[in-house]
Amino acid sequence: MSSPSPVPTTTRSEPRTFIIWRGDKDSGTYTPYTAEITAGMVVLDAIHQIQAVHAPDLAVRWNCKAGKCGSCAAEINGKPRLMCMTRMESLPPGPIHVAPMKAFPNIKDLVTDVKWNYAVNKRIKPFKPKQVEADGSLRMQQHDIDRVQEFRKCIECFLCQDTCHVLREHDKHAEFAGPRFFVRMASLEMHPQDAEDRREFLKKEAAIGYCNITKCCTEVCPEHIHITDNAIIPLKERVVDQYYDPLAAAIRFVFGSKK
Amino acid sequence: MSYAPGTVLPGPHAKGLGATARSDAWWAAPLGFFLLLAGFVVYSTWAAFQGAHYWVPGTNYISPFYSPELWGTSPHAWFGAAPPFWPLAILQYSPALLILGIPAGFRLTCYYYRKVYYRAFWADPTACAVGEPRNDYWGENFLPLILWNAHRFVLYLAIIFTCILGYDALKSFIFTTKDGGHAIGIGIGTVILTLNTVLLMGYTLGCHSFRHLVGGRCDSFGAKGSTTHSLWSGVTWLNERHPFFAMISLCWVAASDVYVRVLSISGWHDHLILFRF
Ligand code: SF4
Ligand code: SF4
Ligand code: FES
Ligand code: FES
Repeated sequence: MSSPSPVPTTTRSEPRTFIIWRGDKDSGTYTPYTAEITAGMVVLDAIHQIQAVHAPDLAVRWNCKAGKCGSCAAEINGKPRLMCMTRMESLPPGPIHVAPMKAFPNIKDLVTDVKWNYAVNKRIKPFKPKQVEADGSLRMQQHDIDRVQEFRKCIECFLCQDTCHVLREHDKHAEFAGPRFFVRMASLEMHPQDAEDRREFLKKEAAIGYCNITKCCTEVCPEHIHITDNAIIPLKERVVDQYYDPLAAAIRFVFGSKK
Repeated sequence: MSYAPGTVLPGPHAKGLGATARSDAWWAAPLGFFLLLAGFVVYSTWAAFQGAHYWVPGTNYISPFYSPELWGTSPHAWFGAAPPFWPLAILQYSPALLILGIPAGFRLTCYYYRKVYYRAFWADPTACAVGEPRNDYWGENFLPLILWNAHRFVLYLAIIFTCILGYDALKSFIFTTKDGGHAIGIGIGTVILTLNTVLLMGYTLGCHSFRHLVGGRCDSFGAKGSTTHSLWSGVTWLNERHPFFAMISLCWVAASDVYVRVLSISGWHDHLILFRF
């Protein structure tokens, strides 16, 4: 074993280059900055240091620095990630490329305008309770709730929306709701006490058919929600029940619809 | 992506095929899957057209590409030698051509394979946050890909096929002895064909449509420990491993065909442990 280093690792610093987008949606430059990196730093720390030392006008949105508010979404070395949850030691050597999200209009530097998402959200029919009991409670089984619990972990960082090629590459914002809202609709549609039916909305207005299940949303979700496998595909299957399955239609015709 | 410092760009992101700021080997996985799937398609097409060496005399081994053998010349055939409707004048008959559409269609419409080939063959997208070659996009919202919504119907057929391959695996424990009698035993082929069924079952029963069918479609699974909840949990376990079973069963099916073919062509004897009764 080698003898312990005389300098505690926490105080040793190392310069790293960051190539950061400076500009807005119409024009700008990728500008290099240097930050002194010490052990345990995350990318957001480095951005703050650059703001403090070199570029006080560098725009960046953040709030919790704990991966819970979803504000600091950006693209680090080309990958949609939370800046506050990306540890410096997890990045390969060389300059670090930091860009704003691509799927939303860039306001300034690393800040994008995500209000489109809130507009989509408003169009989703809210929870409609099935049977409130006399004492005012809604009773349900734990194992039924376990399935939808996963979807409640969403922090609305919109990284999944940013990486989804339907939005990112094909700009289908007017027609397609995006993975974040399939997650929300899954949490409502699979809820044991929800009486609403969102399948028509899913097919016609949210255009779930545009999703080609290539799973990029799942790859980037910082909450590790199995967006494609547990939300989107089960919803696609429910849409199939309603619109593409003559056998299911015949069963509904004979026995009546459940919802 | 690197730019000369100070270059003014018309926005933070570039467009077009392969445009990305990713510095990792994002192309490696799609390239690997492209080679694997293309290799499988080439080999299985070649094997399907052979129409010979798909079974091994003295054993009950039959290549999974050729089972069920509805019409054919081997002892495994269900009906006659060639189907009466086959256009023999145009196309030489091979039993595989009649049935291979079912497993092929099952994998073609499988949610997991869709992901793989949309990425590896169609670059839609090749990898996450990597630019695509085309601007227009229909996804699975329009023809032809909207047809993939019929995956569950191919699943029903695939379940039947998997059962038939299970029957083949059971039969592979029975051998013909030199004096023309029968004996129970285990050969390398028995192990290969049995494992083939196990892997195919792991793949088929982990299907997303199956998961929906056994319980996913319900908002409530019923009481704890209910059949619905147990079934759904079991299928979910397999479903989480669906990519693994999808690829391993694909390779194993091809390996099974190769093994049967090699035995059949060479006339080698399989290593056997025979139990006589
Ligand atoms: S799986 Fe569907 S929703 Fe998720 S990123 Fe891919 S296309 Fe978009
Ligand atoms: S689903 Fe995941 S990636 Fe998408 S907004 Fe929620 S937390 Fe972010
Ligand atoms: S600052 Fe809240 S998630 Fe990063
Ligand atoms: S989803 Fe893969 S076989 Fe059905």
